[in-house]
Order: sequence, then C-alpha cells, then structure tokens
Amino acid sequence: MSKDNEILEQFTSKEYEHGWSVEYEADEAPLGLNEGIIRWISAKKEEPQWLLDWRLKAYKTWEQMTEPEWANIHYPKIDFQRTRYYSAPKKSKKTDSLDEIDPELLKIYDRLGISLNEQKRLQGIAVDAVLDSVSVGTTFRDTLSKHGIIFCSFSEAVKEHPELIKKYLGSVVPISDNYYAALNSAVFSDGSFCYIPKGVRCPMELSTYFRINAANTGQFERTLIVAEESSYVSYLEGCTAPQRDENQLHAAVVEIYAAKNAEVKYSTVQNWFPGDKNGKGGIYNFVTKRGICAGDHSKISWTQVETGSAITWKYPSCILKGNYSIGEFYSVAVTNNYQQADTGTKMIHIGKNTRSRIVSKGISAGHSQNSYRGQVQVMKRATNARNFSQCDSLLMGSTCGAHTFPYIDISNSTAQVEHEATTSKIGEDQIFYCNQRGIATEDAVALIVNGYAKEVLNQLPMEFAVEAQKLLALTLEGSVG
Amino acid sequence: MLKITNLHASIEGTPILRGINLEVKPGEVHAIMGPNGSGKSTLASVLAGREEYEVTEGSVLFKGKDLLDLSPEDRAREGVFLAFQYPVEIPGVSSTNFLRTAVNQVREYRGQEPLDAVKFLSLMKEKMKLVEIDQKLLSRSLNEGFSGGEKKRNEIFQMAILEPTLSILDETDSGLDIDALKIVSNGVNELKSKDNATIVVTHYQRLLDYIVPDFVHVLYQGRIVKSGTKELALELEEKGYDWIKEEVAGTAV
Ligand SMILES: Nc1ncnc2c1ncn2[C@@H]1O[C@H](COP(=O)(O)OP(=O)(O)OP(=O)(O)O)[C@@H](O)[C@H]1O
Ligand SMILES: [Mg+2]
Repeated sequence: MSKDNEILEQFTSKEYEHGWSVEYEADEAPLGLNEGIIRWISAKKEEPQWLLDWRLKAYKTWEQMTEPEWANIHYPKIDFQRTRYYSAPKKSKKTDSLDEIDPELLKIYDRLGISLNEQKRLQGIAVDAVLDSVSVGTTFRDTLSKHGIIFCSFSEAVKEHPELIKKYLGSVVPISDNYYAALNSAVFSDGSFCYIPKGVRCPMELSTYFRINAANTGQFERTLIVAEESSYVSYLEGCTAPQRDENQLHAAVVEIYAAKNAEVKYSTVQNWFPGDKNGKGGIYNFVTKRGICAGDHSKISWTQVETGSAITWKYPSCILKGNYSIGEFYSVAVTNNYQQADTGTKMIHIGKNTRSRIVSKGISAGHSQNSYRGQVQVMKRATNARNFSQCDSLLMGSTCGAHTFPYIDISNSTAQVEHEATTSKIGEDQIFYCNQRGIATEDAVALIVNGYAKEVLNQLPMEFAVEAQKLLALTLEGSVG
Repeated sequence: MLKITNLHASIEGTPILRGINLEVKPGEVHAIMGPNGSGKSTLASVLAGREEYEVTEGSVLFKGKDLLDLSPEDRAREGVFLAFQYPVEIPGVSSTNFLRTAVNQVREYRGQEPLDAVKFLSLMKEKMKLVEIDQKLLSRSLNEGFSGGEKKRNEIFQMAILEPTLSILDETDSGLDIDALKIVSNGVNELKSKDNATIVVTHYQRLLDYIVPDFVHVLYQGRIVKSGTKELALELEEKGYDWIKEEVAGTAV
C-alpha cells in the first residue's frame, strides 16, 4: 500500500460523534402513509381546514409522481409504508417560557453543544430546536419581537400568523415541484418560520438545529423565511442524528422570499449520520431549497458545508426575478467511506442585470461518490445577466469518484457565463512538506483541506466557520491517500 | 550530532545512495556538492524521512537516536529541518497559519506550552527582520504564486522560526538574486551557534563565500567520493567534476 493510501485509510476511519440516542416517551403516528395519516398529523397540530386541504392536495400529487432517478446516486428503494411520519416527545408541549421545557429534552441539546438557556448562549444567535417532528423551544423570541421580527416554529406560525403562511407557503417551492417536495408538503410536521419586516436588519443570527432521535422516523421539516423590503437576515441550520443500522429519510423544504433590496444569507452545516464505515445505515437527505429574489437589488446567498448523510440530494437554488438581483451558492461537500452526494445549485436569471456566483468544492475520500450538478439558466428578457461558476474537486485516494455536471441554458445573447473546473489530489508532497515542519499527517490533511475550502468557509459566520473546520477534519479523519 | 554510516537507499527498486558515510558535529557547516543526479536531494529526503525512499542498508544516528526509526514529523520535532529545493504550494493556507500549527506541534512534542497568537506574532516579527521578508508575503497562501527567490527566502524564514539543531539547505541559493543571497546567507549565519549544525547542498562556490563551510564533500553516484576543506570548492569551481569522475573510474577497477 502506498503511503498515500495508508494515510488516507487512517484519516477516514473516525467514528461519528453524535451517534447516540435517548429514550423518551413519544407521541407517534402509526407506520405508513395514507390519507388517514395526513389527517392524523393535521389534527394533532390543530390545523385550519385550508392547510389540511393543501396537504391532501399535495398527497394526491405525490401519489401520481414517480421517484426521480436522474441523480448520480444509488440506493435501495425507500419503503414509504415502513416509515413513520410523525414522532414527538410527549413532554414537548410548547410553552411560552423556555424554563418550562422538559429538562430531559434540554439535556439532549446540551449534549450536542447547543444550549437553549439564553443566559448561557453566546449572545447573537437565536435558536429554534427541532426534535424529530416538533420544535421544542425557540430562544430570544422577545428580543427579536421588539424589532418586529417573527422567529418561531412553523406550527406556531400557522396559528399566530396564518395570513403570512397562507401567502408564502408553497410560493417558492410549489407542491408539484418534485417528488420529495410533494411528499414534504403532504406530511411536514414542523420547522422554523422567520419574518423580517421592512427596513429591519436582524440584530442576531437566527438558527434552527434539527435532531432526529426516533428510529424508523422520517423528518420532514419546512422552513420559510420572508425578508421584506430592505431587510437583512443571516440564518443558520445545523443537524445531527443517531447512529442506526437502517436508513432514515430526511426530506425538507426551505423557501426564501426576498423583497426589494432585501438580503438573506442562509448557511447550513449538515452533519447527519453518514452511515458506518461499511456503508450501513445513515440518513437519506433529500432536500429542496429555493429562494426567490422577487424584488430589484435583492440578494440570496446559500452557503453549505455538507459532511454527513449516507446520500445527499440537494440543489439550493435562486430565482433571480428582480432586476439587479444577486444569487450566490458556496458549497463544500465532503464524502467518505460509502457516502454519496449529488449536490449543486440552479441559478435562474429572469430579471435584467442579474448576477450569480457559484463556488463548489467537492472533497471525496474512501469509496464515496461526489457529484456537482449545477444549472445556469438565462431567460429571454434577462439582459446583461452574468454568472461565474467555479467547481473544484479534491480526491483523496483512488477508490472514490468526483463528477461534474454543469448545465448551461442561455436564451439571451448578452449573457456572460463563465465556468471553471479543476480536479486535484491531495499531494504526498504537500503532506510531506507539512510533516517536515513537525505537523502530524492528520493535521496536515486538515490544514490542506481547510485551505482548499477556505473561500466557502469564509462565507460562514465566525462561530460556525470554526465548527465547520473541525467537522471537515473529523469527517476525513483516517482517510489520506 | 549526526552520524551516517554506510547508508544505502533506493527508489522503486533503483539504488540511488550506495554507502554514504558522514559525521557532523555541533557547530559545523558541511557543504555537499556534486553533479546533477548524484543523489544530493535524495540524501536530504532520506534524512527527512520521505517514505518513497527505501533504506536498504546502513544507519543514521541523530543526537544518539536512531533517526530512521522516527516518523518524518518526529524527526522535525527532534530538530531536523530541510529547506526544500522545490518548496510545495499549499493553496488557501497562509504561511502564518501554517507556521503557527508547526511551531505549536513542535512545542507540544517538547513538552512546552503552545504559543498564543500574540506571542507567535512577536516571534514572527523578530524573525522577519532576520531574512527581511515582507509581511504581505506571509499572509498569502503558502508558496502559491511566490517567485523562485521568494520561496527560498520563505524556507529560511521557516527555519528561523523553528530553530532546528540540524538544518539541511538543498540548493537554497538557486533562484536568489545577488542581494537576496547575501541577506539569506546572513540570516543563516546569524542562526548558527555552537550547538547546531548546517548541511548546505549547492552547485556554486559563490554561496560558500557567505556561508563558510568547515568541510566540503563531493557526492557522486550515490557515494561521497571526496572530502576536503573550503579550498576543495574553489578547485571544483575551477576544474569541474571530470577529474573526480576519472579518479573514481580509476579506483573502481
Ligand atoms: N522515482 C524515481 N525513480 C527512479 N529514479 C529516480 C526517482 N526519483 C529520483 N530518481 C533519480 O535519483 C537520482 C538522484 O536524484 P537527486 O534528486 O537526489 O539528485 P541531485 O543530486 O539532488 O541532483 P540536482 O543537482 O540536479 O538537484 C537521479 O538520477 C534521479 O533521476
Ligand atoms: Mg537536488
């Protein structure tokens, strides 16, 4: 075995650190999916009729669709009748005060390093904690409401701000958009809602932390962010799940609406359980994320650090409708062992003078497959649209794969579209150079990988960037080649 | 400090070093010269622990320890430093970040407290003066887009920061302009002490005007075929290697 392979091997064989689970009494829907289950979920959440109707319509739509097969991923068919669509800790009944949350649930978050105690929290980040199918607590709501900002669980938003939910739900990702979006629309349980009023710059980072705890349960959350004229918000999403032998489905939908001059930054650090060394278990992360720059001069920026999941299938996208609007996508996707990722973005230029920027950094190790799939579409009236795409792949070892599928579709001759792509291997020379200065191989790899991903990591809020760096190193530990 | 005995090494089955003997004592400067392809960089790489090279025979003692038994990073932590003939580029990693990681890992190995950001920066400032390196260069990605001379200067800067006991400079003079050669040589001389030693690999006598060697060795076909004092370098400069090659051919029969 060459040195490369040996180091790679060591570097990729670390265990997932959030693989534990806890026992709690749960309120669960029976296994399987049918109209009755949807009514059950809706009743559980005491939803208005219009929402139940919307769900049922989504279910009918989904039933007529077929599972997509175009992505470069391979997995046994999911048995939708053997999945549970709702599971909530019995004691999670939402209370107004964080002090009343069941301490057992708080402990789960403490152990994950996410304290829901506002005094203990670093100032500057508000958290909505979603456990399996429900939100168990949202911090800093009072502080935020002084600015007119709404930040709460989706279920509460349905009750307290039905007019907003009615207006925006499904407006960016329609029910029929794709197979998993339709499924999510039928069975979604909870998620976060945030609304930034006109002219308000959100004074802290908003974040949602998703945790799957229950076995055999899918997580289907829905996030909706509405940024009114000239507002700004930075939103973070984090996630983990226990280590289980069976695969679990996570099919979320995120919708972002940005009005004139508004700016939304959406960052994800995805660390779902990736399956074990031999590819057993792990989360199927099939997510639809899309934002619309509806107003002129608006901006939506997606940043993602994808380290977990057995399979990732997601393409955070921007519809650039407003003139001079800007869409950005910064991504680091790491795959190791038997992980598969098919991820990228779609930039749809509709307005004039719209701009988009795509920076994708794939890192593959072990026996993993890592694909970038991106589409840049310039519509007829999008005069002077510009796009720049940079897609880099870094390979560690010789048993993994990196693939790039760029699609460019231009209907306006004034468009300027640039695409650059590189593929490189972590060099033995680079590792040796670090070793010669006293740096151990694992740290050398972490240094090199973080350097490679720097342009993306720089987009993350400081605290998250540090976390993400550690996570990259951890994911690749044991893997240099 | 360093004792190389009958060292043989090969790469992919091809023998390159064929019986090197060399002893370096604290405070000494040794120059290694020799025609292209004679094995100078190979010797440096073997001492630093590059695993592509297989040591087939011989031993290397460093400060009494079996050097060949240590991992490359532990050799560095024990005080072996190699200024590379061709320093590699590491995109996205600044020299500052790189060196701080290195310094702290070395310190940890030696049971010292890590340097915090403030202390590390003041160490950097101090050493930057020594080789007159620009702060701007150090905040850029390591060696990426550096000119040949800037890379070499950066190697010596790293050496200054890490304060090794044994420094091996592999053709550090190539690529340096005349002024830079003086500055870098001065830096190397300032770092010299009675406790550390330097091996300089070079093709040119010019460098040895600045870094004056105690011994000069000629490496040819994987062996040290001639050793002498600094006058040997002058003689080589004048006459080239042919006479040595002939001597070797003569004795080989
Ligand atoms: N992978 C390899 N396979 C076979 N031969 C190799 C390999 N790597 C190096 N060599 C050979 O080993 C010999 C010694 O190389 P080395 O780099 O040590 O020479 P050098 O003395 O440093 O030369 P220079 O003065 O040009 O720097 C050369 O003939 C070189 O071609
Ligand atoms: Mg050489």
